[in-house]
Amino acid sequence: MPLLALMLACGGNEAPQTKTPAAIPTIKVDGSSTVFPITEAVAEEYRKAGKAAQVTVGVSGTGGGFKKFCAGETDISDASRPIKPSEVELCGKNGVEYIELPIAYDGLAIVVNPKNTWLTSITTEQLKKIWEPEAQGKVMKWSDIDPTWPAKELRLYGPGVDSGTYDYFTEAINHKEHASRGDFTSSEDDNVLVQGIAGDEGAMGYFGFSYYEENMEKLKLLPVDDGKPDNGAGPVVLTAESVQNATYQPLSRPLFIYVSKKSLERPEIQDFVKYYLAEAAKLTREVGYIALPGDAYGRMQVRLDGKKTGSVFGGKGSQVGVTLDTLLAEPSAAPAPPTPPPVPAAPEVAPAAPAPEKK
Amino acid sequence: MSRLYTVDAQAVAAERAFRAIAILALVLPLCLLALLFGGTLIDGFSRLSFDFLSGFPSRRPEEAGILPALAGTMALMLLTAAMAIPVGVGAAIYLEEYAPPGKITTLIEVNIRNLAGVPSIIYGLLGLEVFVRSLQMDRSLIAGACTLALLLLPMVVMASREALRTVPRMYREAAWALGAEKWTGIRRVVLPMCLPGILTGVILSLARAIGETAPLITLGALTYVSFLPTSLKSAFTALPIQIFNWTSRPQAGFHVAAAAGIVVLLTMMLLLNATAIVLRMRLQKKVTW
Repeated sequence: MPLLALMLACGGNEAPQTKTPAAIPTIKVDGSSTVFPITEAVAEEYRKAGKAAQVTVGVSGTGGGFKKFCAGETDISDASRPIKPSEVELCGKNGVEYIELPIAYDGLAIVVNPKNTWLTSITTEQLKKIWEPEAQGKVMKWSDIDPTWPAKELRLYGPGVDSGTYDYFTEAINHKEHASRGDFTSSEDDNVLVQGIAGDEGAMGYFGFSYYEENMEKLKLLPVDDGKPDNGAGPVVLTAESVQNATYQPLSRPLFIYVSKKSLERPEIQDFVKYYLAEAAKLTREVGYIALPGDAYGRMQVRLDGKKTGSVFGGKGSQVGVTLDTLLAEPSAAPAPPTPPPVPAAPEVAPAAPAPEKK
Repeated sequence: MSRLYTVDAQAVAAERAFRAIAILALVLPLCLLALLFGGTLIDGFSRLSFDFLSGFPSRRPEEAGILPALAGTMALMLLTAAMAIPVGVGAAIYLEEYAPPGKITTLIEVNIRNLAGVPSIIYGLLGLEVFVRSLQMDRSLIAGACTLALLLLPMVVMASREALRTVPRMYREAAWALGAEKWTGIRRVVLPMCLPGILTGVILSLARAIGETAPLITLGALTYVSFLPTSLKSAFTALPIQIFNWTSRPQAGFHVAAAAGIVVLLTMMLLLNATAIVLRMRLQKKVTW
């Protein structure tokens, strides 16, 4: 019995601690697990720089992050793909305007087992043959793709179907987001894919650059040929450079943060995002991603200062082969928030509308 | 005549076989635990240091520390215990000592049994809807603690009832015969006798609850938090979430940090369980009135 009282007292002791007023500003970030390491690195440096604001970062996935962001629950959303129409709509409904800031590139690595001797590179056409939905149950051996390849069993590994990586790969290779064969080993944890491919001679898979970089000795990277000579003829090897100079196509993708316009009114958010853009070039490489080239970050700062809301992708989600110029261009105002949040206009419209009905 | 003294060889063999199976059943899980703990200890040993325990998360695996997660888990544990234990034990006392047998009581009992078997992720969804959204607690420490308290509650009720049942009815009757009120009898006779049992059950359930990851992830507990919880409304992270994040990172150094984190979590659990055992032994000796 006294122990019960003790337990209760312990709980009670928590309360006095809580008296400190929550005066410290907090910056809430949530979203993609791919972008997480970058935001974590920036938040870490931000704290070390002695800034007062407390940054919290959650990992709900790009889609989950947008759900919270568009409900006004977070200030910044990490995203490994551009915002989708359904999310644009949700944001519009809740009057959340956003500024889209590309902050890094990621390259998707196509890898096979090191014992694979019959492949030195691969074309996007061959990749499509392997991964398209029609291949399910049909393309089961390597020889099914190219008769000159051995009749070894083909075993595929790919990221979970809820990930932005999956969205982007399917769009880039199969030309339709989310269209993929389903009979592959899928895992939300890319380390599982690495282990799988490293231990399976007939394996092939894809995942983000950083997972390849950390496991180079266990995997064989395949250069990718997209059949278009204008961005480098022949197969292109995935490196930080080939992603940055846009020759590794179509499997390079931009990563983003979306900043709520309303949150930007708070000085600490402005300060943090500014810090983010200033440090991103240095920190992205450190955590396994690739910085945007040239003065991209400077131009993003201009976009931020101008509070240019909307998405350069017109709110259509993943797109392939987006050039840096498109990425940094003026965001299209037209399809951005479909209903420009009528915050000040609403009171005028609302009382006027029901009035005629009453008569 | 010598019949009296025959030994049934078959029975002896069966006896030995059963004994062997029983020992095996005991040794096997112990070996597995030792293997698991030993394996992670070897993996994570290089990171186990004061710096690791007192450090903040970092992009550099060798600098990454676990303090916010550790503090979050401790705070969660205290809050959860403070909420679930009084209510749970109270409910158990009511059901066992006061509730008139009948349909409603049976219904409640069946429900509690069922609740104890509900997957923890369901509690996470419930917590998200009720505490985070409806009651607008946000993704705070108190929302997390309330969710874990709900998860813990049926287990506490069941464990406490089992313990209460171990007290023979004659002890209660003896108390009443001496003129004690019902509550007095419970407080002075029944509870002291079964307190060791209640505590053991409660602490074991608590140890299970703090290892839960699923409800906290569904609830939306954060992954990067660089400060300690200062109030009930604080954002928080917890050990299982930090470990989960580290294991999914590409750099091998984070996997080492994850192993070290697992050792910290397992040590906390073993300490809790050890506390249960010690309390039980000490309290059992003291029962006198």
